[in-house]
Amino acid sequence: MIWLGIDTSNAPLSVAIVKDGQVLIEIVQNLKLTHSVSCMPTIEEALKKANLKPADIDGIAVSEGPGSYTGLRIGVTIAKTLAWTLKKPLVGVSSLKSLASNAIYSGTICAMFDARRGNVYAAAFQGDELTPVIPEQHVSLQELLEKLETFNEPIMFVGIDAQKFEEEIRAKLGDKAKFSPASLNLPRASKLIELAEKEPLPALDTIHHFVPKYHRISEAEANWIKEQKKGQ
Amino acid sequence: MENLILAIETSCDETAASVIKNGTEILSNVVASQIESQKRFGGVVPEIASRHHVEQITIVIEEALEKANIEPSDLNAVAVTEGPGLVGALLVGINAAKAFAFSHGLPIIGVHHIAGHIYASSLVEPMQFPLLALVVSGGHTELVYMKEHGSFEVIGETRDDAAGEAYDKVARVLNMPYPGGPHIDRLAHEAEKGVEFPRAWLEENSYDFSFSGLKSAVINYKHNMEQRGEEIVPEEVAKGFQDSVVEVLTTKTVKAAKELNVKQVIVAGGVSANRGLRESLSEALAKEGIPFVAPPLHLCTDNAAMIGACAAYMYEAGVRGDLSMNGLPGKELKSWARS
Repeated sequence: MIWLGIDTSNAPLSVAIVKDGQVLIEIVQNLKLTHSVSCMPTIEEALKKANLKPADIDGIAVSEGPGSYTGLRIGVTIAKTLAWTLKKPLVGVSSLKSLASNAIYSGTICAMFDARRGNVYAAAFQGDELTPVIPEQHVSLQELLEKLETFNEPIMFVGIDAQKFEEEIRAKLGDKAKFSPASLNLPRASKLIELAEKEPLPALDTIHHFVPKYHRISEAEANWIKEQKKGQ
Repeated sequence: MENLILAIETSCDETAASVIKNGTEILSNVVASQIESQKRFGGVVPEIASRHHVEQITIVIEEALEKANIEPSDLNAVAVTEGPGLVGALLVGINAAKAFAFSHGLPIIGVHHIAGHIYASSLVEPMQFPLLALVVSGGHTELVYMKEHGSFEVIGETRDDAAGEAYDKVARVLNMPYPGGPHIDRLAHEAEKGVEFPRAWLEENSYDFSFSGLKSAVINYKHNMEQRGEEIVPEEVAKGFQDSVVEVLTTKTVKAAKELNVKQVIVAGGVSANRGLRESLSEALAKEGIPFVAPPLHLCTDNAAMIGACAAYMYEAGVRGDLSMNGLPGKELKSWARS
């Protein structure tokens, strides 16, 4: 089985092709380039180097979120269009779980993405199966750290945004906070495929309805709902 | 010209796809509108628009191909609106177009949204050059001169609000729901006489437009009436406003058409669905003996058929994009080079 993996959920970009459990090619970049400009050319390059045609792809794994709204939409739009028109199954994988699976650690792993204004998208996982112990959520960094404090054990932080918040994290958790090395801090599409392979393949008729998991409604909608409640 | 093009348009709040044969024949024209959802907010919220596009995009493309009874291998190219528009919305159409084109080894063509609106007329009757196009929509008010296919010269444009924007704002003042244009048009037709509002002619030789002063005049009129404890008559306000917009648009269009000696005048864009504007242009141009084309309403609002019509000519001229295509929210209307 030949898998194409695509992750544009946040600033980094990753594309990989895995054939029967072997990574044929993986491209990971953290160049802050626009995903709309680089994603399709990167997919083209990966397939070309692997000497494959689009029709050779048997399944597509895409990072479904959370992350940057625009980034998610670019990856998901490309993935669902490819899957629909090539008639191949599409599997969505959590961007946080994929990132957490980078960490080589047996205890609690926390993956996070900056969601601006002091907030993060974050989750914490434990064990080989990456069982969530803090479910994926949009939360203030401080609230997240308070939850992690109650764990009373070291926490492995992974991701470039965790690195960015190292000072705040250490201020709260002190020596209990551990940080993954830079080489493990970027999302990898081969990891996405690894996780996708554990899932049953969804039916083709689910592709049309595949959308990113934003984990937040838009501001306009939140305000509208507030107005409706006031009116009641 | 012989070609078959799949076109995609997601620049604002309509998710649209179409299959166009030889630049003139519509094999399918599918539009999924978000108006019901966007109504809640009294206008288009970009983030909501982008989310709806992702929900609809493959469904709409599939329907366009099925209705046209076309297989991807029958196509010559995939066309998509590259800009201008809402960047997040554009990106959904562009990336779907790229992924589809790549899957089937097809070339991709990035189309200017306004060029698309103008080419909607070629789905009705052949363009006669040189021509003048009046493009009026929620985001644009422009007079475009074309001496041949692919040649665009903007000779006048709005300096502030687009005509459609002014319609929406005035509709809000009159407590009409979004989108306001059709409501104002309807109200205006119900009034005997309109309130007298100013016309913005600008400098004598300018083909530019300005509608923000008119909008303020409507708001001031309402305030003054309220302060005097008098009720406004919405029909008369609508008529007064519409008369001002239509007179300025018509006068400048006719003046430019005569001065440039054009063989055809085209009206395009969402506001060209406005009955008052159509009647006025049609009458004034008939008086001057200048042929006038107003595409049917469903080709005036945003749609992908117009993008496909424009792309057919671009395809023939050898214009091609590539997989690094990006959304260009402020894309300029430039002539395309023949290769």
